[in-house]
Amino acid sequence: MSTLTAQKTSFAAVLWDYLTTVDHKKIGKLYLYGGAFFFLLGGLEAVIIRIQLIKPENDFISAGLYNEMITMHGTTMIFFAATPLLLGLMNAIMPLQIGARDVAFPFVNALGFWLFLFGGIMLNVSWLTGGAPDAGWTAYAPLSTTSPGHGVDYYVLGLQLSGAGTLMGGINFLVTIVNMRAPGMTFMRMPLFTWTTFITSVLILFAFPALTVGLFLLMFDRMFGSAFFDTALGGNSIIWQHLFWIFGHPEVYVLILPVFGVFSEIFATFSKKRLFGYTAMVFATILIGFLGFMVWAHHMFTVGMGPVTNSIFAIATMAIAVPTGIKIFNWLLTLWGGNITINSAMLWALAFIPSFTIGGMTGVMVASSVADYQYHDTYFVVAHFHYVIVGGVVFGILAACHYWWPIMFKRVLNEKLGKWAFWNFFIGFHMTFFIQHFLGLMGMPRRYWVFLENQGLDLGNLISSVGALFMSIGVIIFLYNAIYCWFKGDPAPQDPWDARTLEWAVDKSVPYYNFKQLPLVRGLDPLWIEKMEGNGKMTPAEPVGDIHMPHGSILPFLMTVGFFIASFGFIYQTVNDIAYIFLFGGMGLALGCMLVRSLKDDHGYHITKEELEKEAD
Amino acid sequence: MSHDHSLNPEVMPQHPEKATLEGKNKFLGLWFFLGGETVLFASLFGTYLALKNSTAGGPTSQDLFGLELVFLMTMLLLTSSLTSVYAMYHMKNNDFKKMQLWLGITGLLGIAFLGCEIYEFYHYIHEFGFTFRSSAFGSAFYALVGFHGGHVLFGLCWLSAIMIRNAKRGLNLYNAPKFNTFSLYWHFIDVVWVFIFTVVYLMGKVA
Amino acid sequence: MKGWMGKFKVLSLLGLVALFLAACGKENLTALDPKGVGAQKSLDLIIIPTVIMSFVFLVVMVLLVLALIKFRKKKGQKDFIPKQVEGNKTLEVVWTTIPIILLIIIAVPTVIYTFDLADDADASDHLNINVTGNQYWWHFDYEGLEIQTSQDVYIPVNSKVYFNMKSSDVIHSFWVPTLSGKLDVNPENENTFFLDAHEEGVYWGKCAEFCGPSHSLMDFKVVVVSQEEFEQWVADMQNFDPETAEPATDAAAQGRELFNENNCLGCHAIGSSAAAIGPNLTNFGERSRLAGIEEMTKEKLVEWIVNPELIKPGNKMTGKYPEVSQDDAALIAEYLLQLSPSEITTEDAGNGIEQ
Repeated sequence: MSTLTAQKTSFAAVLWDYLTTVDHKKIGKLYLYGGAFFFLLGGLEAVIIRIQLIKPENDFISAGLYNEMITMHGTTMIFFAATPLLLGLMNAIMPLQIGARDVAFPFVNALGFWLFLFGGIMLNVSWLTGGAPDAGWTAYAPLSTTSPGHGVDYYVLGLQLSGAGTLMGGINFLVTIVNMRAPGMTFMRMPLFTWTTFITSVLILFAFPALTVGLFLLMFDRMFGSAFFDTALGGNSIIWQHLFWIFGHPEVYVLILPVFGVFSEIFATFSKKRLFGYTAMVFATILIGFLGFMVWAHHMFTVGMGPVTNSIFAIATMAIAVPTGIKIFNWLLTLWGGNITINSAMLWALAFIPSFTIGGMTGVMVASSVADYQYHDTYFVVAHFHYVIVGGVVFGILAACHYWWPIMFKRVLNEKLGKWAFWNFFIGFHMTFFIQHFLGLMGMPRRYWVFLENQGLDLGNLISSVGALFMSIGVIIFLYNAIYCWFKGDPAPQDPWDARTLEWAVDKSVPYYNFKQLPLVRGLDPLWIEKMEGNGKMTPAEPVGDIHMPHGSILPFLMTVGFFIASFGFIYQTVNDIAYIFLFGGMGLALGCMLVRSLKDDHGYHITKEELEKEAD
Repeated sequence: MSHDHSLNPEVMPQHPEKATLEGKNKFLGLWFFLGGETVLFASLFGTYLALKNSTAGGPTSQDLFGLELVFLMTMLLLTSSLTSVYAMYHMKNNDFKKMQLWLGITGLLGIAFLGCEIYEFYHYIHEFGFTFRSSAFGSAFYALVGFHGGHVLFGLCWLSAIMIRNAKRGLNLYNAPKFNTFSLYWHFIDVVWVFIFTVVYLMGKVA
Repeated sequence: MKGWMGKFKVLSLLGLVALFLAACGKENLTALDPKGVGAQKSLDLIIIPTVIMSFVFLVVMVLLVLALIKFRKKKGQKDFIPKQVEGNKTLEVVWTTIPIILLIIIAVPTVIYTFDLADDADASDHLNINVTGNQYWWHFDYEGLEIQTSQDVYIPVNSKVYFNMKSSDVIHSFWVPTLSGKLDVNPENENTFFLDAHEEGVYWGKCAEFCGPSHSLMDFKVVVVSQEEFEQWVADMQNFDPETAEPATDAAAQGRELFNENNCLGCHAIGSSAAAIGPNLTNFGERSRLAGIEEMTKEKLVEWIVNPELIKPGNKMTGKYPEVSQDDAALIAEYLLQLSPSEITTEDAGNGIEQ
């Protein structure tokens, strides 16, 4: 046993440890590193876009390259930055919140991560092999089926890989939450972040397969000559739009629900108050998740679906505002009457309220179909979803980083730097995107490589571009903060925020088995209850005993490499028969790993009672 | 090792497939997985329904389908679902040999089904020139039925892997969940086929 | 506290700047100053939710700011433990019901207007124009009138005009913000909607569905003229016969020779024709913009003929014709620029475009 107690000095040992790890906390960190990398990449693409649009008829980059930039910015940010960063947080925190020692399928968890990472690499390899995808992150057919070169092929296979990984992550969390809660942790005692993880996982489970099918159809059309979207042979490109948005709209909630959880934790902790209306919050989350599947066609009001369809989807969409409003007001009432501490984590959370409310307001506005005939595919919509995704999701991820950094990295982030990063980013964000609402209404469609002179769009675009500069500065300061604390930061104390939930009951050294003894949960906010009753720490639910742990494995990594190689085979078999070697070789490796996994018994190992007691010294 | 013993108890519990946490997790995980698979097939069905009349001048569903063969295939797959139920019944009675026998029959029926399907496709391609590329209807048909066939093939590989691997050592709490999840998966494949039979073949022939 | 007020100030300042800008959108492009039925209805449904939602936003902000002022940790009560309130049923009901009422106020006109704008029962009583979206230009075929134009479409004021739209390649979207919201132009089905302008003018149209490298350069113009002017224009267009219409100058005549020699007619029709591989050039000389975007000058036109790729990346004309020298291009330009069958031009449309 004890992959951990082995000497961890050499770089190779650390590398091997991470390549083979099945520990949810390490996988969580890997997700965060991977997500952060792609976030910076997507951010760079955003800056290039804003430089191109700083003045009318700019020629900073060519039309073709611009289209690659917008496609890669959108795809990267949604699939390879926001989603994995959230999956990372869920991995790192959720099992601790419910008092579990790991997730239900540690092996699958590792596989999910590697699939995400290699999916992202796959997508970005396209920059080096003759051009990135250029059909927009929505890849509407027939633009995507007729796009020359291999860019869109990389899009298809990169998303297919990472999509499979995300789906596995979702199932894993679901089973973990249902089966592995600590004694006494009933559903209605789960922290909101765990609840939102749960609902998010349901959304992933039912939404991603639609994307999988869509991508398969696109792949078949591009690489195997089928005719799903080919009008000449009776195909219908609207099918792609339906499949994409049946996935795409729930995906928005996959992103926003977890941060709703994050904010619920942060508001409660820093107001020193129980979350107001916990039950209402849980049911609002479930309702949002449910309604999220009923509204996809509001992305398609201008497709020509007819007034009946448009009206139904308009009303269904507006209905989502109700549970979202419930959440906003419950957060406000959590603050009300509290004893509020404002630090970096709280600043992001407080800034989220107005920013996200604006995003929600414009959400109701775009839901009104006739008004959407004007908003659709303009900068108004660009502004709307950036208010939701930056003002909601990115603020939430940054808040969560400040809040949970002590658990994840055993350091407390620097407050001063945190505030600098916040104010730069916050001001830059509103500067960049608020004005875009008006640009849209003044007649600027989205995905425009250039806007023409004398159309009244110059000043708005300039302001927007300057705002992007401030946002960049904010990100750089945050990054500096993280690196600074890595090397210079003091070790975090136990429970630095005087928090309420179970993850703060874990020892500050965060042992790899999480809990020596599973804790007994006696209500909502279990740690707070113990503190109020003067115990200060959790009561164990079991005596010290052997702990069953899973073995690490290199198979998830190898399996992913197999699929990665096979993807190149799929892409290039259309032009060169040698590619079949890659296709079959890669698939052989992947399926071989699967077979080994199935045939080789892996019973895990036990940490004995004696070892546990020794380690405590 | 102590836990090895715990996976091979003197007396097998009533539900060996759910006696361990790993077993419970596998069971629930597979159910969730099948939930996702439902959406996958629903998307394919939706695509098929949207494109089933888009024959682009090529053969239509009425020209192509022969219900005799498809009915035989349906019977084969339904029966295989039933035999896998017998297998699980014997697993719960801790009768490993009978379980293997019934699983074997399940597998043979699955192979027969797949054989019929391959013959069917061969027939369409050579008699009618009806391929994946000939029309949007062709693409949608082969995608939907082919995805199902792929699932059957995967199920057969899975079945033979666990049957051969465990042939010598009998049933224990470690492999019981594997047999159980396979059986669940197999039922799901069967249910999907019932829908394909109805939506694709019956409705295609009648409409 | 101080931080919070700062944030509020920034926000309101941004709002003011935005309002200021809103007032200065270009009058023939902005959706905020509608000149047509569709745009007017859309604006109504932009304003109603904005007002309602601003009210909600205000409530949220007041609560937030008050909470922060009143309940921020104060000196001397660092360890104060507030009352652990579980929730409040009455409040939950209140903030569930009020939003529902507000949403109904928005939903009712939304549904009514959606049906209003989709009603095309009277389409056969009005002028119908069949639109084809192409990478990266628009083709307009006046149904029953044997008139085809590209890029500029002339319509009469105060009259419903139906547009039946289909794409020849990828999806486009037909958008004239000042006259109406947009409608997608799909390759598989025909979409229909109407424009009903109540003021003469030249309105700028844009493609609003991502369609390739020159998506941002796929502009067109809707020229709204008076009923009489429109009738005049129709008559002029119908009377124009490319065979008999003699070029105005010698250079133009030479240009016509070259135009024919280089097989330009293989794609571009002059005069009424069903051919629509490339834009119809019948009234090229009256076009407000070259290729939809550039100023209509001879120099630009020569540039376009020699190498269109420089002006519209990814266009379908590049490489489809023999190389043309500068001099030849100048002659062809001379010919094209004098193609002006009608006296009715964009000038007649009143507010005109930026010249």
